[in-house]
Amino acid sequence: MSDRIRGIVSLTILAIAAAALLAYTNEATRDRIDANKLMLLQQGLRDVLPAQQYDNRPHEDVIYVASPELLGSEQSLPIYRARYNGKPVAAAITAVAPDGYVGHIKLLVAVDMSGRIIAARAVEHSETPGLGDAIDANKSSWMTLFSGRRLASNDGEDWRVRRDGGDIDQITGATVTSRAVVNATRDALHYFARHRDEIFEPASQEVATSN
Amino acid sequence: MNTETGTLRQIALSGLWSDNPGLVQLLGLCPLLAVSNTVENGLALGFATAVVLTATNCLVSAARGWIRHELRLPAFVLIIAAFVTVVQMLFEAYAFELHLSLGIFIPLIVTNCAILARAEVFASRQPLLPSLIDGLAHGAGFAGVLVVLGGARELLSSGGLQLAGAPPGAFIGLALIIALRNWITARRTNAAGT
Repeated sequence: MSDRIRGIVSLTILAIAAAALLAYTNEATRDRIDANKLMLLQQGLRDVLPAQQYDNRPHEDVIYVASPELLGSEQSLPIYRARYNGKPVAAAITAVAPDGYVGHIKLLVAVDMSGRIIAARAVEHSETPGLGDAIDANKSSWMTLFSGRRLASNDGEDWRVRRDGGDIDQITGATVTSRAVVNATRDALHYFARHRDEIFEPASQEVATSN
Repeated sequence: MNTETGTLRQIALSGLWSDNPGLVQLLGLCPLLAVSNTVENGLALGFATAVVLTATNCLVSAARGWIRHELRLPAFVLIIAAFVTVVQMLFEAYAFELHLSLGIFIPLIVTNCAILARAEVFASRQPLLPSLIDGLAHGAGFAGVLVVLGGARELLSSGGLQLAGAPPGAFIGLALIIALRNWITARRTNAAGT
């Protein structure tokens, strides 16, 4: 009996020591990690928004919106707004594909005022290395397939992967990933189409850098 | 005294060569194969693994007196997971580019059975100094294989042999390195025999 208690005590002490070590490291690295994430965000926004066409700082011109059915998450997600002389130019929408092959895929979809995609990027994912991770701009150019696309209204674009009868090439060996990204990107466009003017109305909300 | 340094030397040699985790025990092959596409990635993951392995060995050895035998596995996993998380945060703060390119493979160090194996087979039965040497040697042995394989693959694929950079290249490359190691060992044994 006392042996068992000794076991519990020793594991508990170990767990407390581990928690203290992690808390300390977290405290010591948090500022730098936040700065790194902010840099990554700015880089991502530069990648999807055309530099000459806006003069504000989109990473500071943010609103948070929640739309589980179109943006794929119960949580509020940031929309970054690009303006020129104060006039709306484009929005970089954060959207989540909840049905990736390995969990969620977080996307950044930049849409201009006509509802055309400027560029889309996967900013966070855990897709299979060598297969699904082709959605990563560092790994392949697959995401550029979305540039210039709009919702299929009159030009007959079909927002499905070829496997499902659409006109978007899926990533070989990663149809589930491709399907998830295609659907989430299309839904982000739907969100933009429905809320275009509301997106640019409200004042910027406080920037939350860590997630 | 002499025999003691002799033993330590043997421990070091075992991790680096005769019992190398990547070439002989064939442990931790998943990260080894996946991240050995460039020298830089290989070196970074090898270094991170070696740090975790060494730290885990030291702590397990220091705590071996008061961790009950039946509870050793949860205790080892807790220790390994804590060190891996620390390493991950450090990478994210101080080597952000590497953090991005290694992605999931840093947290996955937790599941590298080479580390659990050293804790179980060695550090939980040995004093601190041999455990430290063992951790450094096996860590360096693992990192060495990653760097050699990563270097060879990067060189060949940038030289036009695309297969070397693709996933099959990792398997073929590792097999060739293992074959080379076995050949050297066999030659030495033969030379010693005659």
